[in-house]
Amino acid sequence: MANAAGVAAVAAPVPVSPSVRAGLARRRKLVNRIAGVLALAATGVALAALAWILVSLFLLGLPGLKPMVLWTITKAPGSNGGLANAIVGSVVQTALGTAMGAPVGLLVGTYLAEYAGRSALGNAVRFVSDILLSAPSILIGLFIYSVLVAPFGGFSGFAGAAALAVIVIPIVVRTTEDMLRLVPVSLREASIALGAPRWRTIVYICYRAVLDGIMTGILLAVARVAGETAPLLFTSLGNSDFSGLGSAMSSLPITIYQYAASAFDDWVQLAWTGALLITLGVLTINILARLLVRRR
Amino acid sequence: MPAFRAEGFGFLVSSSWNPVTERFGALVSVYGTVVTSILALIVAVPLAFGIAYFLTELAPAWLRRPIGTAVELLAAVPSIIYGMWGFFALAPWLSRTVEPALSHSLGRVPMLGQVFAAAPGNASIFTAAIVLAVMIIPFIAATMRDVFLTVPAMHKESAFGLGCTTWEVMRSIVLPYTGTAVVGGIMLGLGRALGETMAVTFVIGNTNRISASVFAPGNTIASLVALEFPEADQGSLHLSALLALGFILFVISFVVLAISRLLLRPRVRV
Repeated sequence: MANAAGVAAVAAPVPVSPSVRAGLARRRKLVNRIAGVLALAATGVALAALAWILVSLFLLGLPGLKPMVLWTITKAPGSNGGLANAIVGSVVQTALGTAMGAPVGLLVGTYLAEYAGRSALGNAVRFVSDILLSAPSILIGLFIYSVLVAPFGGFSGFAGAAALAVIVIPIVVRTTEDMLRLVPVSLREASIALGAPRWRTIVYICYRAVLDGIMTGILLAVARVAGETAPLLFTSLGNSDFSGLGSAMSSLPITIYQYAASAFDDWVQLAWTGALLITLGVLTINILARLLVRRR
Repeated sequence: MPAFRAEGFGFLVSSSWNPVTERFGALVSVYGTVVTSILALIVAVPLAFGIAYFLTELAPAWLRRPIGTAVELLAAVPSIIYGMWGFFALAPWLSRTVEPALSHSLGRVPMLGQVFAAAPGNASIFTAAIVLAVMIIPFIAATMRDVFLTVPAMHKESAFGLGCTTWEVMRSIVLPYTGTAVVGGIMLGLGRALGETMAVTFVIGNTNRISASVFAPGNTIASLVALEFPEADQGSLHLSALLALGFILFVISFVVLAISRLLLRPRVRV
């Protein structure tokens, strides 16, 4: 560490003439200044990208945001279609995916924090969950396709929800484990001293102490899957009407994908409006989740 | 996997991809996947490092939380939105300004000129790499920030006490202390870039050809699978080839993510 140019130059006992030392100090300050300006510029680039995305969403999406869009289903180009079935499909699949994935994630997270400790099985589960957390979502779509779509002979909204559930699980596992580890040991000991069995301690003491943190994890998972497109492409496919979970089911991201790449102006407009809706929804949930956990 | 059986080892090294004659090879899409991800890293890593440096050392305390949140929101934007933004806003801008500038300057250098040769159209490997870079910046920056915060204050204060500037503390104390974990964070970003589907499908042009120029269109494993999957019949060799591509992507990203975890493990859980 000490062999880096700057540190060595300061600490070296070699006599240096005052003018050389002044020049060196100026150079070091200059380098420091340049690094700071570049770091500021990098931050500016990222913030500018976020602003650019939001501005183009509002400029291109807002003109098409009429009440009719929310009440009409998708139709052929030129016939004043809306997004109603896509919105309902997205809400249903996201809700069902979260309902299936969150309890599993909660239980796995509890196991990792409360029972597994540093055991080999615990570490293996943690490793797999970590990999799943950042695995490409297209692979999860392909996986659900080969176990739920191909063998049962058809795309279905249920398969879409299952793919989303697979994405939800590792997110909830992570936040649940991290949050439960924050519960002070003294709190657990107090509960055990009162004669509570372990499961009561976990359910009535630990969960209550970190409820807001666990809720945040679930909200972040909802925000993440609400905008997922790739896994739905292979599972619920999308269609152009309201439909049950047993058949192909439309969703907002898939509709955006199909419409944005189309050659019809009104479809592209609907895609922008849908994009604005979904981004506002996702970012709002994100900010809510952050406010919820702010106290920690 | 009938595709592996039909093409044998050739599946990995063949550059043909023709659903009509049922000849399939993974080379072009594997090439596109690797090149876009590496280019994205080259752009994203310096920017992400700058952000992490700014957030941990330079920014005043009241500014850290809002800017950190804004960068994290960039990670929350769905990938389909990045695709639309890249396709309608970023790609036209890049092909109007950045790409001509690069091909007029670097494009004249012998050898290197091939890489920056001008090509018509908005969709290109370069555009895809820039979109990917914007998408992975928040992941790498957040990881680096968390890692930098694990450096004991005592080490940094000692260096400041010796008269080091902020930048020298970062270079000579923080970076050496966090070296492997920083690499782990970069690998995490690489893992994200490799499998990104929707955003890339919008902007890469979807052409099954390897071009020397980064301004030419291409494809990646994920974009090819997303694009052709709806057209592939169940039980066909085409579908099997697409699933085989998915398997290759799985192997690549599993290795990258596993390495990233091993490097990050001792320091933080990200």
